[in-house]
Amino acid sequence: MKQSLFNKKNLIWLVIAIIVFVVVQLLINARVISPYYRVSLFWICIFAILGVSLNIIIGVTGQFSLGHAGFMSIGAYSAAVLLKMMPNYTGLAIGLGVGLVISFVISFIVAMPTLRLKGDYLAIATLGVGEIIRIVILNMKITNGASGISNIPFLINWPLMFVFTVLAIALSANFKNSAIGRACISIKEDEIASEAMGINTTKYKVTAFIFGAMLASVAGALYATSYYVIKPETFGITNSINILVIVVFGGMGSLTGSVVAAIVLGIINVILQPLAELRMIIYALALIGIMIFRPQGLLGTYEASLSSLFNFKSHFKRFTKAGKEKA
Amino acid sequence: MQEFLQQLVNGLSVGSIYALIALGYTMVYGIIKLINFAHGDMYMIGAYIGLISVTVFKLPFFLALISTMVITALIGVIIERIAYKPLRKSTRVAALITAIGVSFFLQNIVSRIMGAKIYTFPSVLNNELYVVGGIRINSQQLVIFATSIILMLLLQVFVQKTKIGRAMRSVAVDQDAARLMGVNVDHVITLTFAIGSSLAAAAGILVGIYYNTVNPLMGFAPGLKAFVAAVFGGIGIIPGAMIGGFAIGLIETFVSGYGSTLYKDAVVYIILILVLIVKPSGLLGKNKKEKV
Repeated sequence: MKQSLFNKKNLIWLVIAIIVFVVVQLLINARVISPYYRVSLFWICIFAILGVSLNIIIGVTGQFSLGHAGFMSIGAYSAAVLLKMMPNYTGLAIGLGVGLVISFVISFIVAMPTLRLKGDYLAIATLGVGEIIRIVILNMKITNGASGISNIPFLINWPLMFVFTVLAIALSANFKNSAIGRACISIKEDEIASEAMGINTTKYKVTAFIFGAMLASVAGALYATSYYVIKPETFGITNSINILVIVVFGGMGSLTGSVVAAIVLGIINVILQPLAELRMIIYALALIGIMIFRPQGLLGTYEASLSSLFNFKSHFKRFTKAGKEKA
Repeated sequence: MQEFLQQLVNGLSVGSIYALIALGYTMVYGIIKLINFAHGDMYMIGAYIGLISVTVFKLPFFLALISTMVITALIGVIIERIAYKPLRKSTRVAALITAIGVSFFLQNIVSRIMGAKIYTFPSVLNNELYVVGGIRINSQQLVIFATSIILMLLLQVFVQKTKIGRAMRSVAVDQDAARLMGVNVDHVITLTFAIGSSLAAAAGILVGIYYNTVNPLMGFAPGLKAFVAAVFGGIGIIPGAMIGGFAIGLIETFVSGYGSTLYKDAVVYIILILVLIVKPSGLLGKNKKEKV
């Protein structure tokens, strides 16, 4: 069935997005969201993109990657270097483009051999990749080594950030619902069976990995221009695990879950700001607790859809049922 | 040649520490197929407990080593009971994520209790320098090397010659069959965690003495390298972990000796990826056919 781009469903989603945008913009104008909280707002947007992109790799395709922060750093450094040369939107655009190209090339080189590995072996290999990227950045001249790049021009504002976030989520949702996405889901469910059904598993695994890596590089570029300073240590394993927490917390396979988790964790971060170390302890305990008591994450594989939004009862029923089945 | 031998000595002493940590990884993996991500942090905990027993309780080296190993083994068992046991039946990725959570928890709880500052480890061993044919060997290196070799031999004897060791090997081959033969699988798993943690603790206290410093994040990089060592030698195989540990220690020392210190970690990770791709079962492992 061929649908036009502006069908009813898409238009309703567009209206919802505009409402969210206008409400937040009004809150900013009314100073409810002060410049201090705006940092957290941007954090939520960036980590929503990161969470969704990692979810495409882990949740949808079932390939456990622990090197996501590495691809984020590629985007961040490309944008930062170009913004230092050209402190305007052209610089940001070129930086984004360069980041996309580099992350495409590197994720392709990495994905071809490593995605032959399975499960925890893949996790460790991608962790190694992330660390290698970090060490290379640490030793390059253009990235200014361990001290990182500071005074990056601040070019981001709420409308721009929102457009990027919505585009990233929409792209990921379309990826998941496309023929490629369905092939990816089948790989996650049973790789051998899907191979027997004629799915080129390598091709789809690599596609999903590259897609996720490129989105992460976009998030990295947004990070660079919203936070003034980037250092190699920002993109270490801790950051990869932060993103993983979002994916696991929201539910592996649920893009809605990742967005919700990014928002919830963003708010928790603001509340727990004064207790920096305690926050990490709570994170860790939450991670263990979720795995023990609700391993499918808060939302499982549930996705928000229009029909369920308008029919809350059935959506609730389905949600709990899905939870029971998984458990 | 002289420099080569010098690097060899340094590499062996670092390698013996990696080997000790790698043993814990490999034993746990062999038995419950879990990459115990928190194992590097057990080594950090060992270093801290060693520090406390040396500074607060003024224990001599040998007693400090024993008490640290015992206490860390207990902590390892508690963690296994609370965090890993409920996940025995769930997917391996879920268990891996839990292990990451445990690792994070340990790092942060220690830095909360002890503060994020770097402690200096008092020198409990007299540090004499022997010069043999131009190669400098200090007594600490000898102690590290000797202690780890003795511990490895003890472990090997334990696993190969005792009844519990046989139970351990049987659980590693087939958990269900072992249970049917009357092996108490839960006890064996607990014991594995205890032994693994105590070996890591021994490595921790040895490193504390060797490098003089202890900090909450010290476990991550050596933990990862020890894991690389375990994979390199063939994960699940005890002699493999020893060979792997020494190999990684030597490679790292030679890369920083003849190449660049900055890239020594990158080389280790590249080796990891190459091993995983070329021969995922490791040096001593046998390739398994995948079955549907």
